[in-house]
Amino acid sequence: MSVGTIPASTTSRQSRLPGWLRSIALLRESPLGIIGAFLVAFWIIMAIGAPWLAPYDPNDNDFDIGIIAPPSAVHWLGTDDQARDILSRIIWGSRIVLTIAPMATLCAYLVGCAMGLLAGYYRGWVDTTLMQVCNVILSFPVLLLYVIIMMKFGPSALNIVVAVTFVASPQVARLVRSQTLELREREYVAAAKMRGEPAWYIMLVEILPNARGPLIVDACLRMGYTAITIGILGFLGLGLRPPDPDWGGMIGAGYSYVMGGQVHMALAPALALSSLVVGLSLLADGLREISLRD
Amino acid sequence: MTDKDKSAAPVLELDNARISYFTRAGEINVVPGVSFKLAQGEAIGLVGESGCGKSTVAFSIVRYLGGAGRLTGGRILFEGRDMAKMPEAELRQLRGRRLAMVYQDPMSSLNPVIPVGRQLMEVPIVHQGASEADARKRALQMLAEVKLPDAESVFTRYPHQLSGGQQQRVVIAMALMAEPSLLIMDEPTTGLDVTVEAAVLDLVRDLRRKHNTALVFISHNLGTVVRVCDRIGVMYAGDLVEEGPIGSVFRNPRHPYTRGLLECLPVLGTDKRTSPLVPIPGQVPPALHRPQGCIFASRCKHVDPARCTAGRIDTIAIPGESTHRVQCVRALELPFWQRPQVAAVAAAADEAEAELVLDIDHLRKFYETSTSIFSGSESYDIKALNDVSMSAKRGMTLAVVGESGCGKSTLAKVLTGLEKATDGKVALDGSDIGGIRVEDRTSAVKGKLQMVFQNPESTLNPSHSVGFAIERSLRRLKSLTGASMREQARRLMEIVKLPADFVDRKPRQLSGGQKQRVAIARALAGDPDVMVADEPVSALDVSVQAAIINLLLELQSTRAATMLFISHDLSVVRYLADRVAVMYLGKIVEFGSVDDVFSPPYHPYTEALLSAVPIADPDRQQKRILLEGAMPSPRDVPKGCPFATRCPRKLGDICDTTPPPEHRTNSGHRIACHIPMEQLRSVEPIISTAAE
Repeated sequence: MSVGTIPASTTSRQSRLPGWLRSIALLRESPLGIIGAFLVAFWIIMAIGAPWLAPYDPNDNDFDIGIIAPPSAVHWLGTDDQARDILSRIIWGSRIVLTIAPMATLCAYLVGCAMGLLAGYYRGWVDTTLMQVCNVILSFPVLLLYVIIMMKFGPSALNIVVAVTFVASPQVARLVRSQTLELREREYVAAAKMRGEPAWYIMLVEILPNARGPLIVDACLRMGYTAITIGILGFLGLGLRPPDPDWGGMIGAGYSYVMGGQVHMALAPALALSSLVVGLSLLADGLREISLRD
Repeated sequence: MTDKDKSAAPVLELDNARISYFTRAGEINVVPGVSFKLAQGEAIGLVGESGCGKSTVAFSIVRYLGGAGRLTGGRILFEGRDMAKMPEAELRQLRGRRLAMVYQDPMSSLNPVIPVGRQLMEVPIVHQGASEADARKRALQMLAEVKLPDAESVFTRYPHQLSGGQQQRVVIAMALMAEPSLLIMDEPTTGLDVTVEAAVLDLVRDLRRKHNTALVFISHNLGTVVRVCDRIGVMYAGDLVEEGPIGSVFRNPRHPYTRGLLECLPVLGTDKRTSPLVPIPGQVPPALHRPQGCIFASRCKHVDPARCTAGRIDTIAIPGESTHRVQCVRALELPFWQRPQVAAVAAAADEAEAELVLDIDHLRKFYETSTSIFSGSESYDIKALNDVSMSAKRGMTLAVVGESGCGKSTLAKVLTGLEKATDGKVALDGSDIGGIRVEDRTSAVKGKLQMVFQNPESTLNPSHSVGFAIERSLRRLKSLTGASMREQARRLMEIVKLPADFVDRKPRQLSGGQKQRVAIARALAGDPDVMVADEPVSALDVSVQAAIINLLLELQSTRAATMLFISHDLSVVRYLADRVAVMYLGKIVEFGSVDDVFSPPYHPYTEALLSAVPIADPDRQQKRILLEGAMPSPRDVPKGCPFATRCPRKLGDICDTTPPPEHRTNSGHRIACHIPMEQLRSVEPIISTAAE
């Protein structure tokens, strides 16, 4: 068999790029995924460029214009009940969402992957124990759990991350476990055992990388949920301390004025939040399409 | 129309049918133009390797190509009507009534929540407006016709309560319910065990004759086509390169590709000492880049560049064999075909002198299962391996054959330490490793015994490069690092005949055969004394399979390694093994040298297996032995002989109650059977060559 004659074209231009770049290159074939990627990229740029992009200091009160002023040429999105520029507060607020949400998701993944890998790989009593712990956490009403944690430990960015990790990691663990149960039966895992690789190596190097497809998609969605969670906590007054521009808190503050017909104060941060969440969902859909194809 | 006219008009006619798939990359023309005719009651087998377009052609007949596929030229006529122009509603009427399909996986055609009888009744009720009572009567009749025992009870069962073979029979019954004039079967027996396959194939052949149904039978296995069909069509890269009656195509194939296929196929009765397998060099060109002229030219040993690559190759009829057509310019110039033969090479080094490398002695592996957590006390054993003994000397190939569930893969797991033996001994170079899990073996022992797996798609980790797997093995088993490790990895790639720079590729850039070569290189990294190969070629196309078998044999002889070759394919085993163990339900029923096992005296199970193997040679006569029922569950193994429940030579109660004694001969041949050896000796050989 003259295997030397294999055409070099099997190594196409695309496949020479590193994996993550290739995924982005593939994304252009999914229109919804592109929209999602743009929305997410927009907010990332806002978060990074907040000091230059925001027209005002988010905590400056512009009493010349007054409180709850409607959108105008000076304040594009109007001012809030303390006469602060809503646009600036939204731009600065994106920083908070876009640091806490990825941090919390990352922590949930670290804990969830560890639990899922151990449960799926060892099965037996390890699996039973870990999954029972997960079931107990999952059986609590999520919101109640958040409220209890935040009330007990006080509102802070770190505590939000802890709370989200606590609630989300069992869900991640279940996903990782189901992937591990399937992947551990692959022949390359048997081959790794036969050359004497330790269990941690098999879990992290042989199994986990092959579960990445569904995990990346789930991570995108989960980041969206976490953004909503942060919003809810802020809305309930359990988020960050008041002066910080927090989208949830802004919606909460504007909420009471909606009845009076002054919707802009709540509507603008609400739209910001939903555009970010929708962006992440669309991106997840796009990535799922790609992962199904490859 | 009189009866005579009717039989003369073909049921199906493909006239230069051109089929393309439309993708983002544009039109991919997978079938440039296929023509053949099928008369009433005739059966054609379409064969070819994966991706050759045989299924595409079959699906295009019923217009089942999905959104992306389309007939882009030529005509497909069914009973004289153009299928491409038929309105959808009419087509629906036709499917299921005049046209029926049977797929590889019977569960894809059966509704899991409706009893099978009800599903059968729907056919006459929907298509012919039959009454309930009438439909029921006909469904029962049909179930009896596909030889399902106790049709009444099968009628009320759900699909999951039937075995795979029974499910496929139900699907065939359903397909034949409406008395279609054309039946299309797509690999209908590929997932079945060989004894079940044989029964289904015989059934299909008998029924199509009885109902005078035309049949398009798609298969990758030439042997099954010989069993069922009158005609064969060989497809290559979308072209029907040769088509004709089974007899004339197999006796003197005219197309070099057909010849190549037959030359890389081990046929029961041939072995490595007399008939070497000759793989076809190169690879199928991708459909996007079809070369000018003959598409096989780049791999053909008879190629005449001036004529073969000039322009379109016409299909010519062979003079004197009017229905035998070939798409090759040199078809009439080629000499009469003969299976490649070499003078018998003396058997590998005198067996008696070689040292014993692997000695398996009374090996047992039981799995404990408990029925449920609520009745935890009620646990029972699955006897996957029940008293297995066999041995192999250095440089020898020991083959283990048997149907799925016989315990052959469990044996591989115990040997490699992925599972721990319950009892018994596995001696590797004299030291017992049977009870030691792989984690507890020293790297020297791990290196001595390595494995090649079955599935090329899962044998390499898709996340890592090809070289990674080999380098890790070298690091773990040989303690090599850095440059010497990389150097050795490249050398191993060359040993398995892959370009050394493949180490940087990802598995998905490799073909199935190439992946399997990498897996072999990985196994060789530990410099093994024993290589366990669990069905290493069963997922590969025949031409690739031949190359891998040759590679394994070559490596084994150059490295004097012992190979334990696990397979369900008796033709391959006959070809490459020195010793054979036939397993049934966790027990070895017969063990001996390959010549002893494949000739009388046989164990009745070996005899039945041999009679079931589809042989791609119409001149070899095979006695037919039909086995009743299926292998019992390893949960309740029969008390006496494991094969007693299906044995056609069963003596009587003694077989059910007493484990059979083991007959031994001087040559080391062992048969576990109650039938006296003299009587087993008098059995006629199963396979004989027809007198010319």
